[in-house]
Amino acid sequence: MTKSYDIAVIGGGNAALCAAITAVEAGAKVLILEAAPKAYRGGNSRHTRNFRCMHTGPLGPLVESYSEEEYFADLMKVTDGKTHEGLARLAIRTSEECLPWMEEHGVRFQPSLSGTLSLGRTNAFFLGGGKGLVNAYYRTAEKLGVDVMYDAQVTHLEVEEDKVVSVEYEHGDKSHRITPKAVVVASGGFQADTDWLARAWGPAAKNFLIRGTPYNRGVVLADLLDQGIEQVGDPTQCHAVAIDGRAPKFDGGIVTRLDCVPFSVVVNQNAERFYDEGEDVWPKRYAIWGRLVAAQPDQVGYVVIDAKSLNLFMPSVFPPIKADTLEELAEKMGLPADKLRKTVDAFNESCGDTSAFHPTELDGVSTSGLTPPKTNWARPITEAPFYGYSLRTGVTFTYLGLKVNETAQCSIGNKPVSNLWAAGETMAGSILGQGYLAGFGMTIGTVFGRIAGKEAANYAN
Amino acid sequence: MQIDLIQEARRQAEICNACRYCEGYCSVFPSLHDKRAFSDGDITQLANLCHNCRGCYYACQYTAPHEFDLNLPAALAEVRQDSWEEFAYPSAIAGQFQKNGMAIVIAATVCFALLFALARWLGQGDGEGFYAVMSHGLMVAIFAPAFLFPLFSIAISLRRYWVATDGRKVRLKHVSEAFGAAANMRNLSGGHGDGCNFEDEDRFTQARRFAHQFVLYGFALCFASTSSGTILHYVFDMHAPYGFWSLPKLLGVPGGIAMTFGAVWLAHLKLKADPNLGAKTARSGEFGFIALLGFVGFSGLALFALGQTALMPTILVLHLGAVLGFFLLMPYTKMAHGFYRLAALVRDAQRRTP
Repeated sequence: MTKSYDIAVIGGGNAALCAAITAVEAGAKVLILEAAPKAYRGGNSRHTRNFRCMHTGPLGPLVESYSEEEYFADLMKVTDGKTHEGLARLAIRTSEECLPWMEEHGVRFQPSLSGTLSLGRTNAFFLGGGKGLVNAYYRTAEKLGVDVMYDAQVTHLEVEEDKVVSVEYEHGDKSHRITPKAVVVASGGFQADTDWLARAWGPAAKNFLIRGTPYNRGVVLADLLDQGIEQVGDPTQCHAVAIDGRAPKFDGGIVTRLDCVPFSVVVNQNAERFYDEGEDVWPKRYAIWGRLVAAQPDQVGYVVIDAKSLNLFMPSVFPPIKADTLEELAEKMGLPADKLRKTVDAFNESCGDTSAFHPTELDGVSTSGLTPPKTNWARPITEAPFYGYSLRTGVTFTYLGLKVNETAQCSIGNKPVSNLWAAGETMAGSILGQGYLAGFGMTIGTVFGRIAGKEAANYAN
Repeated sequence: MQIDLIQEARRQAEICNACRYCEGYCSVFPSLHDKRAFSDGDITQLANLCHNCRGCYYACQYTAPHEFDLNLPAALAEVRQDSWEEFAYPSAIAGQFQKNGMAIVIAATVCFALLFALARWLGQGDGEGFYAVMSHGLMVAIFAPAFLFPLFSIAISLRRYWVATDGRKVRLKHVSEAFGAAANMRNLSGGHGDGCNFEDEDRFTQARRFAHQFVLYGFALCFASTSSGTILHYVFDMHAPYGFWSLPKLLGVPGGIAMTFGAVWLAHLKLKADPNLGAKTARSGEFGFIALLGFVGFSGLALFALGQTALMPTILVLHLGAVLGFFLLMPYTKMAHGFYRLAALVRDAQRRTP
């Protein structure tokens, strides 16, 4: 590597690409170091599908309007107030100008997908999903002169005083060292490093599935935190949801989600129920089920539904296990048959009048005298054939990250690192303390990626 | 129908149905997302609705090396190819030409030879121009059945398609929607209007869409040219050769140019495109078909340019041989795709407006 670069962007997802494009347009010479091979480039962005966007009137694919206040309120609801208000409002306010910028740089949108009508006002869906967005950005970046290196795992940033002096990476079985003027870190969280996850979460984390890229191993994050770069976010926290237990260890993405819990009874491997399946509509509850399942023996749960509920939820990637009797289903799923029979019988007996059943609203059709209760959609499981799914904990992202200010700049010992910026998942903990709002990750990545690219280019120039 | 091909396409369609990110690219996905389970007929319909724009492949997070190993364009292309062989009448000969470019070349050569022989031994007409090489009566005697039999054959095939895909009574609205979609190749527009992926991985361009329409409209003009000649001949008793400012020439010359140019362009794009995203077994047959189409256009133009020279009789027989081969092979080559595609578009219009 003889060529010298103004800016090294570490990572190859949405935030990295937004930073690289912004910087090259500002006149900087930019190199993207993407740890993944080309086929897997784009980090978790390749699994995303939309961008949550504030808008004062109809904008692109978005209808009506979505104000800063409403957006912020939605965010506060899911994070339970654990939100950095200044940075969150910056992300929200800037999102509106991002959408036309995205279109100018090749991203194409589509109307809200079937089955997601509730998001048509707030979230702009990428045509083809996140990989379509990533492809478009790579095309744009390369056309503008950004160099991209795949299979390039950054191993170390040498920090001296308040400055990154060099970047070391491995590529083609060799170690390389470059000395860019500025560095943007956009290489995600550490969730794909299951050892790290297990250190933070306990040994149960070994049984978690990782919904996204296997390349977010937190190598750069750990390297920077070790050198005293300021961190943010609870290391024991990760965003996890309940997904199909048969999903691959990594990269299962959207298709592994299971939306059938509200219409089911969920048991653990002892065939015992452990939580109210009908507490709220699924989009508001799928996140807590990741934790609930994680707390069960072997971190696994089993969903049981009957014939009348099969078509009430979005299809998922694997067909359900099917059986004519509960006993047969139990056997196929490896559950104690007599115990499952008892649990379902007890549930069925506690169901009352189901005439008010309504699959998409809180219908109040509940059990009585059952512990734990099922407070909505409680219909007896009686109609053969019976269907079952296994549930496991699927980790989406981790909250521990680099602390940044409103210019996306990192800091060390209470002063800024003069040439280091961070964007995307690796700094999202600076904004979100817990919880998640659909499409907000791409908002953070786009807004702070562009800020980081602009600031880094200013510095380098 | 090969069950393993259908089964593989079904496996992939079920994954797509759980994702839905590609909904806006083309007509396949809204149709797919309408179902929870896919019958063989559903898969056949999806396969024939797919224009192989490849947008879904390049946008897919589950393509190899991912273990889900999605390649929907290829899976549907294989089913589509297989369905054409299955529905063809008589079906026994379909496989040969769909998959084998050499078979097309041989068939066309046989047509050339046949016409050479006929022209040499029987055809010496006493008319002028082309009819001096082959009498008008002989041309009609050869080409009328060669045109009508393929239409008959394709009608049977479409009937079979309609039964297999559970088609309903066709209304004018369905047909006009289908022709509307074909007229601007809406399904190669990418949904966003930037075109499709084909010759340069995930880059969206209009190249394939435009090249296809050059061939389509070129063919339509040539067909109109021949029809106008037939009308002039029988209705107005005006016989060939026609001058440049006549209807047959004004339609035929631009048509021939468009068809030839479009065919060369299509072949060029196809050489650059990834063969793994189509029906690999049909690649040779597809190239054979494009070559035959291009040659029909090109030899027609040559006939126009060199019609007054001593080369005319040779070119005429080559041109007529190519046309004969083209029509006779219509139900058994890629040419059949146009009919099935229209049927699939009509069927899809029925899904949207019952």
